[in-house]
Amino acid sequence: MTFAFDARLAGRGFAVALSVAPGETVAVLGPNGAGKSTLLGLTAGLLRADQGRAVLDDTVLFDTDGGAFTPPHQRGVSLLAQEPLLFPHLTVEENVAFGPRSAGASRQSARSTARHWLAEVEALELADRRPAQLSGGQAQRIAVARALASDPRLLLLDEPMAALDVSVAPALRRMLRRVLVGRSVVIVTHDILDAFTLADRVVVLDAGRIVEQGPTREVLERPRNAFTAGLAALNLLVGVRSERGIRLADGSEIFGASTLQAGSPAAAAVRPSAVRVSPDEPVSGNRIRGEVLDLEPRGDLVRVRSALISADVAPALAADLDLVPGAAVWFGFDAAELAIYAA
Amino acid sequence: MSPATGYAGVPRWVAAIAVVGALFVLLPLAAMVMRVNWGGFVGLVTSESSVSALLLSLRTSLAATVLCIVLGVPMALVLARSTFRGQKVLRSLVLLPLVLPPVVGGIALLYTFGRRGLIGQSLDALGISIAFSTTAVILAQTFVALPFLVLSLEGALRTVGTRYEAVGATLGAGPTTVLRRITLPLVLPALVSGSVLSFARALGEFGATLTFAGSLQGTTRTLPLEIYLQRETSPDTAVALSLVLVVVAVVVVGIAHQAGSTKYLRGAL
Repeated sequence: MTFAFDARLAGRGFAVALSVAPGETVAVLGPNGAGKSTLLGLTAGLLRADQGRAVLDDTVLFDTDGGAFTPPHQRGVSLLAQEPLLFPHLTVEENVAFGPRSAGASRQSARSTARHWLAEVEALELADRRPAQLSGGQAQRIAVARALASDPRLLLLDEPMAALDVSVAPALRRMLRRVLVGRSVVIVTHDILDAFTLADRVVVLDAGRIVEQGPTREVLERPRNAFTAGLAALNLLVGVRSERGIRLADGSEIFGASTLQAGSPAAAAVRPSAVRVSPDEPVSGNRIRGEVLDLEPRGDLVRVRSALISADVAPALAADLDLVPGAAVWFGFDAAELAIYAA
Repeated sequence: MSPATGYAGVPRWVAAIAVVGALFVLLPLAAMVMRVNWGGFVGLVTSESSVSALLLSLRTSLAATVLCIVLGVPMALVLARSTFRGQKVLRSLVLLPLVLPPVVGGIALLYTFGRRGLIGQSLDALGISIAFSTTAVILAQTFVALPFLVLSLEGALRTVGTRYEAVGATLGAGPTTVLRRITLPLVLPALVSGSVLSFARALGEFGATLTFAGSLQGTTRTLPLEIYLQRETSPDTAVALSLVLVVVAVVVVGIAHQAGSTKYLRGAL
């Protein structure tokens, strides 16, 4: 299975080209309105491109030059949405058997396919229930089984965890990791944990364009783009490799180790949790002076943001330091916490 | 609707007017029931002409309902699921029989299917005569009842939306399979209640039937026509038959109400 896609949709400012190799899981990251759902809609055949072409194996999904358009049901592309959308008038088993039945399987064989996939998602005991009798997590598991039972050549997942309780999302994520092995999958998400857990490769979309792509860890642990760094919750510093670290645009030098040649363009990443905030200049380590732009509560920590760098500090400390927007403070971190790599 | 403890917020004077409105609907029915000659009721209702009118009404109304479903489901689907130029105008025109005086509908049908009518002429040449036959009764009833089915089904189709249909398509189901296995089951409650309403409208049809089909006993004289005729000669028969129609109407409304609240859809929509 090879999937090659290149399409533009002027109305939504969308222009994306990407490919999926056989057995590869690609995560598409990006904020709301970045064009993630448009990508899936075009691939599944629920939207039509102004211009472009997509090929899945030897099937032309659409080709605006030749005017070709394969209707959704003949594409072999299954779409799992945020909400499970189980057919309310069918039992769980009938829902999962829907794909095989539509493909022309006998009642008997569709039933055994359905039971196989229900067992695969550990939901066999729910077979006779109606969708209205299921919890959100159960329903989404069955939606996964239903999508897989139709034996798609390409599986599209549209934020499958987004509508679930935080408490059930991890179990579904684990289950997905198991059943997606060896499949060609495009998973849209805004959660980088999904990307780390499930994806071989990530594609970062912003405003209808790809801003960065590559192997998951390389992109998310060493972002080259402020937008990707934001998704990965990393501080990104960009400059030129110096003798002892990286020299920023403002001329200041941040210390850190790297094998990178001095003088070459470099990027550096540091986690906000590794950054300290103090009113006075730290006596040692890296330091950046900044004005507090805003404070954002994040669980049991508060993220203190400045133009260049952010830090996660304890709420009590934020109160003690009287951190308010406009306050000038020092951000400090150890050289060992900094990863320097080619920009 | 709201629980006894909740804030209702209906001013007393509004409630008072509502009571007057309810009485306005219920009082005439009660007045009619009070006039029923219970001693002769069975005899009046089972007389030859009564039974013949009742059976004709049921037969033609059922046929008209089937015709409404056959024609109305595709119409509702096209109106709800596609967009084309003049769609709004078409929808208004399709719903016209709802507001048209039935007599006018009857005249329109006469000039379409009558012996000299637009289509009737050609049909006449083929030896088919529709006007003043039982077929004419069914056509007149279908004409006035069709909008009820189209209207309720189109609304339900819009409410259900296309998301389930899209899922079905990505699971490999073609448009006909999606229609048969997803769309129609999802709107089944609306289809049932729409059909029941169409049946009720067909059962009560008077003006268009009289104009287009006439009033021949056993052929075109349906129950409403029989009631109208008996009113002159035997008021007791008219009242008794009216009561039969009222009972049928109450049953029909009950069924339509039940169908509209099918359990599985409540969680889904």
